[in-house]
Amino acid sequence: MTGVELGWWGVPLAMLAGALRVSVPFIWVSLGECLTERAGRINLGLEGTLVLGAMSAYAIAVETGSPWLGVLAALLIGAVWGALHSSLCSLARVNDIAVGIALMLLGIGVAWFVGKPYIQPQAPDLPALSLGFWSDIAQLQAALTISWLLVLGVFTAIALHIFFRYTTLGLIVRTVGDSHDAARAMGYSPLRVRFWSTVCGSAMAGVGGASLSLFYPGSWNEGISSGQGLIAVALVIFARWQPLNCLWASLLFGGAGALGPALQSVGISEGYYLFYAAPYVITLMLLIMTSSPQGKLRGAPLELSITRH
Amino acid sequence: MSRLSFILRALSTALIELIVPVLAVLTGFVVFALLLFSLDRSPVEFASLIWKAGFGSAFAWENTLLRAAPLILLALCVALPARLGLVVIGGEGAMVIGGLTVAIVAPYLAPTLGVTGIVILSVVGALAGGLWIGAVGLLKSKRGVNETIASLLMTYVAIAVLNHLVTGPLRDPASLNKPSTLPVDTAFTLPGMNALNVHAGLWIGVVACLFFWWLIARTSLGFGARIVGANRQAAQWQGLPVSSLIIGFSFAGGACAGLAGAIEIMAVHKSANASLASGLGYSAILVAFLARHDPRAVLLVAVLMGGLEASSGLIQRRMDLPDATILVLQGVIFVVLLSSETLRGRPILGQSLTSFRHIVPGLHNKAATGAST
Repeated sequence: MTGVELGWWGVPLAMLAGALRVSVPFIWVSLGECLTERAGRINLGLEGTLVLGAMSAYAIAVETGSPWLGVLAALLIGAVWGALHSSLCSLARVNDIAVGIALMLLGIGVAWFVGKPYIQPQAPDLPALSLGFWSDIAQLQAALTISWLLVLGVFTAIALHIFFRYTTLGLIVRTVGDSHDAARAMGYSPLRVRFWSTVCGSAMAGVGGASLSLFYPGSWNEGISSGQGLIAVALVIFARWQPLNCLWASLLFGGAGALGPALQSVGISEGYYLFYAAPYVITLMLLIMTSSPQGKLRGAPLELSITRH
Repeated sequence: MSRLSFILRALSTALIELIVPVLAVLTGFVVFALLLFSLDRSPVEFASLIWKAGFGSAFAWENTLLRAAPLILLALCVALPARLGLVVIGGEGAMVIGGLTVAIVAPYLAPTLGVTGIVILSVVGALAGGLWIGAVGLLKSKRGVNETIASLLMTYVAIAVLNHLVTGPLRDPASLNKPSTLPVDTAFTLPGMNALNVHAGLWIGVVACLFFWWLIARTSLGFGARIVGANRQAAQWQGLPVSSLIIGFSFAGGACAGLAGAIEIMAVHKSANASLASGLGYSAILVAFLARHDPRAVLLVAVLMGGLEASSGLIQRRMDLPDATILVLQGVIFVVLLSSETLRGRPILGQSLTSFRHIVPGLHNKAATGAST
C-alpha cells in the first residue's frame, strides 16, 4: 500500500517527520549552550561550531568512509573551538559575547575554507533507526525513520537533567553559574568549571553539526546552517535553562521549521520563502515573551552576562 | 608640574589606544601568514596581491572605496549602539530592508524629480533601516530582549522577506537568471565623485562619521549616551532618559545601515536581488571593533577593510584559494583583537596570563584570583 493518498494528513505527518529530523541540531546545540550558560557564561559562537562540526564530520566521513568517525571528529573540533572560546574569555576584560561573535565568524570562515573540496563528494550517511515497521503506510515509515543522534540526544538531555539535579559535580556547575564568589569561597575555581562546561557544551554543538551534514539534510554546502545555532541559543532562554525543556522546545521547533516544506508538499507554494522566516520570527516572539523589563529572568543563572544590565 | 604629567599620561593612553589594535592586526596577519605557509602558499604574494588589488592603482582605489562606502555606514550601525554598551550585529538586515524599501518605492516616483528623488529615496531607505534596528533598541529597553541575538535573528527574517518579494510579488518578469525587482530609474542613479569613478555614497559616509563623532564627543546628548555606556544604573539615577537614548542610537545606527542599502541599490545593483545581502554587514562588525567604535577611526579602518575585500577576487584566482580566505583572515584578526583587550588598562601583562593557570589542574593557586570574569 505504498500509493496511499494522504491528502491534508500529509501536513501533520510532515511536521512530525520534521520534528524528529530538523530538531536534532537544535537539541544538541541547546543542550550544549544550556550546560555552558548554567556555568555562568554565554557562548554565542555555537553557530560557528555547528557549521564547523558539519564540515569536519562530512570531510572525515568522506575520507574514512565511516560516518561515526565523522561524528567523533565533529565532537573533537567542537571541543577545540570551545576551548578556544573559553581560554579567551578567561583573560581579564575579554567579553564573552564579543568573543562569541568573533568565533562564529571565524568558525564559518574556516569551515567554508577547509570544506570547499568536500561540497562535491558524497559522504556515507549515518545509519537510521526505523520505528515505523508496524505501519504499512510508506509516508509514516519514512517519517518515523529517525537518526541515532536523536536517540543519543534524548539520552543526553535526560543525563544532563540528572547531572544538574542529583550530582555533586552538577551542583558545583550551578553554584559557579549563580555566584562566582560563593563558588570561590567553597574552594572551587569558577574559571576551571566554566572552561570545561564550555568545552563540553561546544563539543555537543559539534555533534549537532554532524547530524546536519550526515543525516538531515545530509549534505555539506555553505548554506548548511542558517542560524540554527543562534536559534538554539535563544531556545535555552525559552527553556529556562532546563535540559528537558530544551528537548521539548527543540522538538517543537523542528516541527515549526518543517511547516514550509510540508505545505509545499501538498501544493501550497505561495509565500514559500516567508515560511523560511517562520522559525526566526517565532524565536523572536519567544524571546520577547520570556524576557522581562527588569532584565531578571526566572531560572536564569545569576552570573550570566545576558541577564545582567 | 602636575599639568605636564597629566599631558604625558593622556599621550601614553592615546598611544596605547592606537598601538593595541595595530599590533592586533599585525599579529592577526602573522597568524594568517603561518596558515598560508602550511598550505604551501606565499604570504608575501598574498600581501602583494592585497596591495595591488586594493591600493596599487587608481582602479584599485576605486574598487576599494566602492566597498568602503557601505562598510563605513554599516560599521556605524555597530559603533553607535556600542557607545551605549549594546552589541548590535544586525546591520546586514537593516541594509537589506533599506535597499528593498528603496526598490519598492522608486517606481512610484516620477523620474523628473532627479536629485530630489535621490534625496527622498535615501531618506526612505534610512527610515526603514532605522525602524528595523530601532525596534531592536525598543525591545532591549522595554522588554530586556538581548539585542545581539534579536538583531541577528532579524537579519535572517530580512533576507527571507527579500527572497520572498524578489522571487514572488515584486519580481520583474524580465529578470530571468537572477530574480530581481524592477530596476530603479536611471534618473535616480547616484552621481559620481569628480576625481575617482566612485559614487557619492562615500561622501555621505564621511559626513555621517564626522556628524556622529561630533554628536558623541561634543554634545550633551552624546555625553549622556557615553554615561549610559559606562554605567547604565548611574545614568538612570542621574535621571538620564536611558530608554530614549538606547532607542535613538539604535535608530541612528539602523538608519546608517538602511542608507547603505539605499546607496547600494541606487549606485551599484540598480534593482533589489539576492546580492543585496552581500555579507558586508558582518565585515562591518570587525571594522567597528577595530575602530573601537570611534566614528573617525571607522573611516580609516573601513578603507583598509575595503581594500581587503576588493582584493578577494584576485587572491582567489592567482593563489587558487577558496573565496572564504578573506573571511578567515578577518576572523583571525577579530579574535586576536578581542584577546588584546586584556592588555589594556591598569594591570600589566603578567597578571592576565596567570588566569590561564586554572585550566591546568594542580597549577591553580591564589594568583589566578586577579582575573575577572
